[in-house]
Order: sequence, then structure tokens, then C-alpha cells
Amino acid sequence: MDFVLALGAGLLATLKDVMPIAIIIFGFQLLVIRKSIPHLKKVLFGFFYVLIGLVLFLQGLEQALFPLGKLMAAQLTDPSFIYAGMAAIPDVIHWGDYMWVYIFAAAIGFSTTIAEPSLLAVAIKAEEVSGGTISVWGLRIAVAIGVAVGISLGTFRIITGTPLQYYIMTGYVIVIIQTFYAPKLIIALAYDSGGVTTSTVTVPLVAALGLGLASTVPGRSPLLDGFGLIAFASLFPIMSVMAYAQLTEWRERRHKIRDSEESE
Amino acid sequence: MRAQFSIFLGYFLNSARDLASIIAVIAFFQLVVLQQPIPNLGEILGGVLLVMLGLTFFIRGLEMGLFPIGESMAYAFARKGSVFWLLLFAFCLGFGTTVAEPALIAVAQEAASVAAVGGVIEHTDAAMNSYATGLRYTVAVSVGFAILLGVLRILKGWPIHYLIITGYAGVVLMTTIAPAEIIGIAYDSGGVTTSTITVPLVTALGVGLASSIKGRNPMTDGFGLIAFASLTPMIFVMAYGMMF
Repeated sequence: MDFVLALGAGLLATLKDVMPIAIIIFGFQLLVIRKSIPHLKKVLFGFFYVLIGLVLFLQGLEQALFPLGKLMAAQLTDPSFIYAGMAAIPDVIHWGDYMWVYIFAAAIGFSTTIAEPSLLAVAIKAEEVSGGTISVWGLRIAVAIGVAVGISLGTFRIITGTPLQYYIMTGYVIVIIQTFYAPKLIIALAYDSGGVTTSTVTVPLVAALGLGLASTVPGRSPLLDGFGLIAFASLFPIMSVMAYAQLTEWRERRHKIRDSEESE
Repeated sequence: MRAQFSIFLGYFLNSARDLASIIAVIAFFQLVVLQQPIPNLGEILGGVLLVMLGLTFFIRGLEMGLFPIGESMAYAFARKGSVFWLLLFAFCLGFGTTVAEPALIAVAQEAASVAAVGGVIEHTDAAMNSYATGLRYTVAVSVGFAILLGVLRILKGWPIHYLIITGYAGVVLMTTIAPAEIIGIAYDSGGVTTSTITVPLVTALGVGLASSIKGRNPMTDGFGLIAFASLTPMIFVMAYGMMF
């Protein structure tokens, strides 16, 4: 019974989410474009599937992954775990003591990104448009590596308490430099992949990790220091996707040089 | 019917593979690092099954509904040739999908409590609610503006990196003058605005537009709408923080 209630509540919430989009699309279609939608029945079924899919997806996350993920974030950042085996919790913390937190941040960033539905949508489109040069898995793994590095560095920032903007601005400089050297085809997609990585799966888990750290590390305030992980997670994939394209291009060029040397 | 079923089965297996890494990470940390048993194992397995089913339906619905409609609207607007209606549509899509976004509502409320603790606004429910609502509309307008700008870029064929670099310069400039409390929230707000339904729609719209306009390449020109939508909120939120 509880399960059905939760599912109903989830359906209502998702409907509320989808409603404005449906109104805008069908409003413009009927009033401005004034043509019937091709394959209307199939499209409506598609919307229905999206709705059902999101409801089940969110319900499953609420039931399985979020409680456990949040619990683990709390346990891993708890000083009694980090300083287990020591007589007293030291007053001055050392960033090296939080090794498991960095590893967990990277692992959870990587794996939630792989499961992120909006990234999958963009990856499917990118493979279609590029005619297979950019593969779904290549893009997803490149983005996931970016998120992993980003979130890991973000937890390091919370623990050391260094200002967020210095990291982000350094990131911007690297992105700008890479933009001028990366293959032109990848640039727009790389910029996009920054925004798509952080949605349904990643945000709640990462936010829990940030808040857990900021409330247990001495001298940090959850209100002021708990933010910023999402910003890291949306900046680093831009770099890793461009790096992925640069690496692919470089390897192809080397192959060509070797091939031409062999044929001589 | 059987063809439908085998398509679904294929998607289901893919979803299982997508989730395997999360399960592995959680199991490893719970059992090996924290050395604790997994609580409510049955409920968790049921939840994982729901997530897989959900992902399966979502991807199937994406290919049947969201992708085709985004593209068919892009073609229809391109044929109609009315820039005004296309830009209005772009703005509405950005604004409408963002204003109701649950992640944004949550972030706006947290921002209001930060502002209240920092003494920027009064520590009352009324003041915090109006601050949160104002912030939410600010972000929604900024996303609407971003999609509009992105569509205009596709129409004109402007190279994306100049616009993005200008945006970065805007963020850096605003960071130096905005109040310190708002910066973390502003930076995060860029990431939370693009929801799971918006992303496929907007991507299909961009790619559809770029492939129906002569001289545009869907790869270099079609993508990039999301990038704008995650950049402008940062600037607008810092501006909002400065108004108080």
C-alpha cells in the first residue's frame, strides 16, 4: 500500500514536471505551426513511456540508491571513521586523512554519470549525428572520468577550505586553452556535456556528500562550504571530453605517419 | 508484438549494464571499506529493478516521442521561416522547463536560508519564501534567455567558443563583485537547471535546426544549447545576490 502511494505521489510530481513542457510543445504546434504532428499516436506513446520511465526510475532511486548512498556519505565523512584507531580526534585536520572520501567521491561520480539518463540521450544523438565517429560509450566514459576527477577535487576543496572561485577560474583558463587546440567538431558537444552530467542520479548523492563533509570537517559550515561540488562536476567533463577528442586525433595522426613510413 | 518485446528486452539489458557500476561501488564501500552489512537487502533489490525498468521505458520513450517531436518542430519552424516565433518558442521552452524543476526549487530554498543566516534578508518565512521565489524566476528567465541566444547562434552560425568565453568572462567579473555567500550557490545553479526531459528535447531541437538550415553542420552548430543554459544562471544568480 505504501508502495502504491509513493508511486502515485511520484507520478503526480513527474506530471507536474512534464506539464509545462507538454503545454508549450502542443500549444506552439497547434497555434503557431498549425500542422498536425506526424505519427501523433507514436509520439504520445513516447511521452507516456518517458513519464512512466521517470516515475519508476525516481521511485527506484528513492527506495534503493539514495538512502544507502547518503548513509555511506555520512559514514565515510564521520570523524570516528576517519580517525578510527586514534585515541583522540585531532584539532587540526590533515587533508591526507580523507583518502577514502576522495576515492569514494571519484567512484560514485563515475558510476552515477554512467547511469545518468540525460547524458545517455545526448550520447545517442551525438553518435547518430557524427555517423559513429563519437561512440556512445566513448563519450559516456570520457564524461564520467571528468565528473570523477571533478567531484574528487571538489571534496578536497571542502576539506582544505580553499575558495571555490580559484579552482573554477583555473578550470576556465584550461578550457579556453583546450578550445583552441581541440578538433572543431567536438567543441560544442564538449561544452554541452558539462551541463548534462548533473541531473537525476548525480545531484542528490553528490549534494549529500558535500553536506556531510561540510558539517563534519571542523571549521566548515554546511551553508557556506557545502556547495560547489556540482560546479566541479559540470566543469571537468568539458576538459575530459576535449581531451578525449584530442587523444583520438593524435592517435590517428600517429597511425597515419607510421603507415606512410612503412609503405616507403 | 514480439518485435516490441525483444526491443524492450535489449534496452533492459543495457540498463542493467549501466547500473552495474553504481551497484559495484556501493557494495564495495559498504562491505569492504565500512565493513557493514547492507540494510533492507530485499527492498534495495526491488528498487534496483525499478530503476532498470524506468531507464528502459525512458530511453524507448525518448526515441519514440521526445527526439522526433523536437526535430519535427525544428523542421517546421525552419520551413515557416519566422524567426520571431522560433525565438519565442526557444525562450518559452527554457523558461517553462526550468521554473518547475524540483532540483532548482530545492537549491533556491537553500540559498534563501544562506541569505537569512548571512543577515542579507530577514530571518522570517515570508522573507525567505519571497527570496527563493525571486531566485527561481531569475534562473528560469536566464535559461529562457540562454536557449534563445543558443538558437540565434545556430541561425546566424556564430562560432560557439567566443560566446562561451564571453560568458566565462562574465562569470569571473561577477564573482569579483558579488557577495561571497552567493558564489557557491550561483556556481551550482548552472548545473541543476537542465532536467532529464529538457536535455533530449533541446538537443533534438538544436540538431534539427542545424540540419535543416543550409550551411550549418549539425555536429558543430547543433550542440551547444545546454552549454548556454548552464552558464547564464551563474551570472544571473550572482546579479540577483547583489540586488539585496
